[in-house]
Amino acid sequence: MPLLSRVHARNLVQWAKDKPEVIVLSADLTSSTEADLFRDTYPDRFFSMGMAEQNMMSFAGGLAREGFVPCVHTFAVFIYRRAYDQICDSIAYPNLRVRLFGFLPGVTTPGGATHQAIEDIAVLRALPNMTIVEVGDATDVETALDAIHAADGPVYVRMLRGEIPRLFPADEPLRLGRARVLSTGSDLALFSAGICTEEAMRATSILRARGLSIQHMHISTLKPFNDPAVMDAASRARYGVITMENHTIVGGLGTAVAERMAEAGVGKRLVRMGLNDTFIHGASRPYLMREYDLDALALVRQIEKLTGASLNITEDDLAAVRLDAAHSEAKAEAL
Amino acid sequence: MIDWRDDARRVAQGIRRRVLEHTINSNGGYLSQACSSAETLAVLYTKVMRLGPSIAPPVPPPFPGAPSKTNPRYTGAGYNGARAPELDRFFLSAVHYALALYAALIETGRMSPDGLAQFNKDGSTVEMIGAEHSPGLEVTGGSLAQTISQAGGVALARRLRRESGRNWVFMSDGEFQSGQTWEAVQALCFYRLDNVCVYVDVNGQQCDGAMEEVMKIEPLQSRLESFSARVCSVNGHDLDALAAPAELAPDGRPLFILAYTDPCAGMPILDPRRPKPNYLRFKDAGERDQFADYLKTMDG
Repeated sequence: MPLLSRVHARNLVQWAKDKPEVIVLSADLTSSTEADLFRDTYPDRFFSMGMAEQNMMSFAGGLAREGFVPCVHTFAVFIYRRAYDQICDSIAYPNLRVRLFGFLPGVTTPGGATHQAIEDIAVLRALPNMTIVEVGDATDVETALDAIHAADGPVYVRMLRGEIPRLFPADEPLRLGRARVLSTGSDLALFSAGICTEEAMRATSILRARGLSIQHMHISTLKPFNDPAVMDAASRARYGVITMENHTIVGGLGTAVAERMAEAGVGKRLVRMGLNDTFIHGASRPYLMREYDLDALALVRQIEKLTGASLNITEDDLAAVRLDAAHSEAKAEAL
Repeated sequence: MIDWRDDARRVAQGIRRRVLEHTINSNGGYLSQACSSAETLAVLYTKVMRLGPSIAPPVPPPFPGAPSKTNPRYTGAGYNGARAPELDRFFLSAVHYALALYAALIETGRMSPDGLAQFNKDGSTVEMIGAEHSPGLEVTGGSLAQTISQAGGVALARRLRRESGRNWVFMSDGEFQSGQTWEAVQALCFYRLDNVCVYVDVNGQQCDGAMEEVMKIEPLQSRLESFSARVCSVNGHDLDALAAPAELAPDGRPLFILAYTDPCAGMPILDPRRPKPNYLRFKDAGERDQFADYLKTMDG
């Protein structure tokens, strides 16, 4: 599986080439959010707003009212935690076309609790008019911009940077409101989002080899959350449904699935994998994924509990099917 | 030819009279705001701002619902005229002054006097704390200090399009306690947005009482100047002094006109309310009658 570098940086420049209405606002994290290439290519469309997120959000609202499409780039925590009031009143209430690119979701940064966005989806999902997209691979990153461009109103993109695997074919773009089907089956429905999809894929290949039939779907649109294929999969799942997210289990993917299952009367067991209503701390991504039960092994253990079967899968087995050896070589991500 | 000052005086007096009348009828209201801002709003609408005639219905339409994917955005900006590159825009930041603004719109023929009958009525856009759908407003700023940033975004967009119109913001002094205001001043100065001009009603009052006691913001002029803003401090009840800074040729700096005002100006009956005239609630029917009698003297 290929590993790509600085996908958003290059893609944003290419994508914005024929879109003069697209401008970028940044809050002193321009290189860290891969907006530097845009800045250097289109200096007249780049605005440095300094470490002042509240003003930046309201400025973005004003620009959007005039027909520009401001693309706000900063770390996710500084979007929804520092400037929620401004997102609400200056952007979401008037349903303006502002795009918020939030970097460093959950365990992807060793920056500690202040930098790890663990409840961004929960917070922004509650905000009327907001559309929420989370990317899981290079193809998602490359195609999310087109997918959201037509969307009326504000969009929050839970973004990835640095080295990103390509899990999905480059010619199969992200589609708003549509889950990607990664494997089909009827024993289990597995819904994963963001970086958890890569982890889940490590487990599903070996699980299939052990005879489990898994409907694995990658969720990229968290709001609106109404893909009928997701509920179809849930209702067909013999043992139940598992959600897997790099986010607190309160208010994110697991909650969205629970809400839809309850509304649709899908009486299946639901296991929500994610951060179990806890903050995390500064450490490496593999460490945090193991420590907080977000990795492939944790998924296997949950499936064993749900099915009551001992699958006899070890860490070594999972390592043998790792999708990319390169990740283990990659240095821990810096700020 | 009518001197603009005569017109401005008439508008200012009309704002006070209408807000007083409304305060009596609804047993409370933001009367001191009308007293401190009457001349500023009157000068803005009769002398300073270059606006076209209202293109909005004289009687404001009912609330059309919150903006959404299925409900297009509606703003009250049409009361300030059609948009045009060379024309000005107005942003009321201190939206608890909405009643004073509605009165100003009526006095300048932009809204029907009947519009005020809908003030604070269920289903109406003529809301007590105005929002973007309210007459004369075009952004939602009720959380305070957001409007100057939103106007900054509009001003930046208009500069990118090389529009010559200016963008006038009306703020209250209390908003200068808020961090976002200073973030906005910093950005306006950094991007040399001299198409943003801000009138500040420095009446020294806020909800909890005198600002000196709640949280001091002075010296406001030197604080703003230290951010590289262009600042004029004027007597906020002196028409010529209020109008003069708007004649200055833009020089790259955002313009702040600090209008030092008296929250009881033109309304001596408010004097006993000092130092807390912020929101007037009548103590009893007797006090309400006193204000009603005073209104009769204004109608004289």
